[in-house]
Amino acid sequence: MSTASKATESTPDSVRQLQDIADRIVAQARPGEQIEAYVSRARETDIRIYEGEIEHFVSAQSEGVGVRIIRNGRTGTSYAGTLDVSALAEVLAEARENAELGSVDEWAGLAEPDGVPVVPQELWNEQLEHFPTEEKIAIAKRLEKIALAADSRVRVEDASYSDVFAEEAFATTTGVRSGGRENGCYASVGTLADDGDETQTGFGFSVGKWPGEFDLDKAGREAAERATRLLGAVKPPSKRTTVVLDPYVTAQFLSIIGSTMNGESVIKGRSLFKERLGETVASSMVTLIDDPTDSRAYTATDLDGEGLAARRNVLIEHGELKKFVHSSYSARRAGTKSTGNATRGGLGGSPGVGCLALQLVPGTATQQQLIADVEDGVLIQMVQGLHSGVNPISGDFSTGASGLMIRNGATAEPVREFTIASTLQRMLQDIIAIGGDVDWLPMRASGLSLVIRDVTMSGA
Amino acid sequence: MTTVDLTSEFDPDTLARVLDAGRSMGADFSEVFIEDKRSVSAGLDDGKVEQVTSGRNRGAGIRVVAGDTTGFAHTADLTERGLIEAAQAAAAAARSGGGGTKKVALNSPRRHPVNVVRVLPGSVPKADKVALLMRADDAARGVHGSIVQVSAGYADSVRRILVANSDGVLASDEQVRSLFRVSVVADGDLGMQTGYESMGHTIGYELFEDNDVGDLAVAAARQAVTKLRARPAPSGAMPVVIKCGSGGVLFHEACGHGLEADLVVKGASVYRNRVGELVASPLVTLVDDGTMTAEWGAIGIDDEGHESQRNVLIKDGVLTDYMWDYLRARNDKRAQSGNGRRQSYADLPMVRMTNTFVMNGDSEPDDIVKNTEHGVYVAKLGGGSVDTATGDFVFGMTEAYLIENGQITEPIREGNLIGNGPQVLADIDMLGNDFAMGNPGTCGKDGQGVPVGDGQPTLRVKSLTIGGTAA
Repeated sequence: MSTASKATESTPDSVRQLQDIADRIVAQARPGEQIEAYVSRARETDIRIYEGEIEHFVSAQSEGVGVRIIRNGRTGTSYAGTLDVSALAEVLAEARENAELGSVDEWAGLAEPDGVPVVPQELWNEQLEHFPTEEKIAIAKRLEKIALAADSRVRVEDASYSDVFAEEAFATTTGVRSGGRENGCYASVGTLADDGDETQTGFGFSVGKWPGEFDLDKAGREAAERATRLLGAVKPPSKRTTVVLDPYVTAQFLSIIGSTMNGESVIKGRSLFKERLGETVASSMVTLIDDPTDSRAYTATDLDGEGLAARRNVLIEHGELKKFVHSSYSARRAGTKSTGNATRGGLGGSPGVGCLALQLVPGTATQQQLIADVEDGVLIQMVQGLHSGVNPISGDFSTGASGLMIRNGATAEPVREFTIASTLQRMLQDIIAIGGDVDWLPMRASGLSLVIRDVTMSGA
Repeated sequence: MTTVDLTSEFDPDTLARVLDAGRSMGADFSEVFIEDKRSVSAGLDDGKVEQVTSGRNRGAGIRVVAGDTTGFAHTADLTERGLIEAAQAAAAAARSGGGGTKKVALNSPRRHPVNVVRVLPGSVPKADKVALLMRADDAARGVHGSIVQVSAGYADSVRRILVANSDGVLASDEQVRSLFRVSVVADGDLGMQTGYESMGHTIGYELFEDNDVGDLAVAAARQAVTKLRARPAPSGAMPVVIKCGSGGVLFHEACGHGLEADLVVKGASVYRNRVGELVASPLVTLVDDGTMTAEWGAIGIDDEGHESQRNVLIKDGVLTDYMWDYLRARNDKRAQSGNGRRQSYADLPMVRMTNTFVMNGDSEPDDIVKNTEHGVYVAKLGGGSVDTATGDFVFGMTEAYLIENGQITEPIREGNLIGNGPQVLADIDMLGNDFAMGNPGTCGKDGQGVPVGDGQPTLRVKSLTIGGTAA
């Protein structure tokens, strides 16, 4: 989860409590020590419905602390899944011990306030806080019914409602002091569609700051469509072809591209774009921006994982590579400034670097218009195995896929059990059209339809 | 540091009162799962030990089942008051009205030691663990001048668990795991390539007394260097030979997940209603075995207090049974199979694999390659994923070669392979006699990761689709 709003007069007591804990830990710094304390607390509800009944109801509360100490260029960290006073002392002591063991790194250091103003975001919704449990259950039940009603061939594997309320606070000896809270909710449904011996699967979801923003009809309908559209799908022959990526697939593709723009990977020689700043790396129609300050983005946030202001960064402009994203550490090594892109994966460890909310500058065409311009190709609606078939260091790209064949500008029969392959370098250059159908998906990238030529489809 | 059995830290009467509180609103089953896990990890990158991290997670998950509804709550507060509050929250979540008030009588604690630890990780100075990282870095960089980057990671964990439930079960286990991984980048004329190796066992620091992390680093480095001359992988369907100990993930994806009873009972598996039928080549006998001493997926008890066991899932190609947890076994009025696992006390258990493997056949591995005119030899598989309802699965090949005229020839670039579970199982037409377990894995399902092992002898699938770019 991303971070929350800066501590202000309106900061609730519960966040102040966390801030106090963080402050107290940092106050124990000894001469020559830099300390960062990160304190968090969360409440979650997860309700799963199956055949009209509650299958499970999970009510969860968690809290924890992570401490990072840097002394003489050596870094040690420690964490605990509790805020007990005795645990806090233990965590501090462990981090101190661990800091004796690391290598000396002349660039090691915490973030320092950089004067970049915070762009406020509305991350807390009071209506969700008071939303009754019975209605949460009813939402999941209703979603199951909508999916079932959409098509007689559809069964529902489960329908869920979940919400999360998270609070956090940072403090460092270098003067970063921030915190806040964030909440959100999610409804989803998994479907199965049967036709004789064949079964296909689908899913649908809706997200919101509170359930009033849900579009359950759309979620249920999409879940039914995703499952039924692949019934009767065949394995296509192997060939070079043009692919049209659905917004949901494009968002996943952009996330991988974003990972190659990681300043830490660049410094360590692990990015395929190292030493290519200023070069043309993509089709001239490509402008890729990481903008967590755009409130339309699902992962919009005001602070990064080191407590610095999140900000807008243009990574690729009209095909030209403009910028890599940095944390304070990678920026120090690269001789530049943090771009506000520190990320945090849980309590333990030092922050990493990553894009926070990617978006591609959209075109104007609808998906249908894009397809009309494709004589021979395939609409990719789902991909499978991006984690196993894509190597962001070598650039090799290969993924399982399913979708619809495109012939003479119109979609044709469904196809599945094939792969599409190219390299990341080539795919960026081979983008030939960008849709205007922006979808703010619950991921670190927004989606839109994207047309890429000269991709290898492997099937029968 | 020595560790003590968690059952000695919790009074059975206290646990019984917590279980009663769980059933106070009429539920028919309650369970308390207590976990205390300590972890140490250290990471090296770019020639430096960037950080050493230690952590502790301790808490309890309370599960209450009323009819078909499960209520679940967890807490980091392990006092009786904290546990009872969590139990009441779980009970409220599962509330169904009516029901019995039977008092719980816990049986005497059971332990089912599967794993023996010689050197507890806590007894070894962290500086020794850090030294392993430097050794791996040196070894990898010494392999070839093209090595431009090395990262290595050390991790150990001691996980103590206690399970008590209203059926009278009281059981505990201590799971000690040690892991090491190395990844290497080599740079050449055709761009960068990567190599990756890992080892992990459910044992203590003796892992590093019996194995040299330098060897692991050299293997990862050689993989990256070899791939520098890799040509684009082929595209299309062809025979694929998978080296022993590197392809267990194939079975994990092609059928393992589809044999998990929670998916089967919801009709979300291609293997539903197929017990007793031929679902694979008669060469295939598939086993899931939580009792395999020291293997990555080995457990004394599962996370529902049931003793781990060895389950034959497919025998000579015929489906014999699925894997079961408490809830699914209860609904089906049959025995659990020791497959109820969870990531942590904060998660609900569900049906999970442990160590899943295919037993030996009788072909010589060399003959399998010799008998393959044209195809792909996969020496190392990466991760994979499956849609259990359709059986369609993918897995990545991270080190692979062409087979031409019965010989392993050129290395090929990375890519995914794609297939359909039942079809691929039927298409296994040669099975070697060189069984080996593979790398440690983390299996993800519904957002929970658990350690799993896999293994297989060298085998051939007569047709699999390779997702490369070459014609």
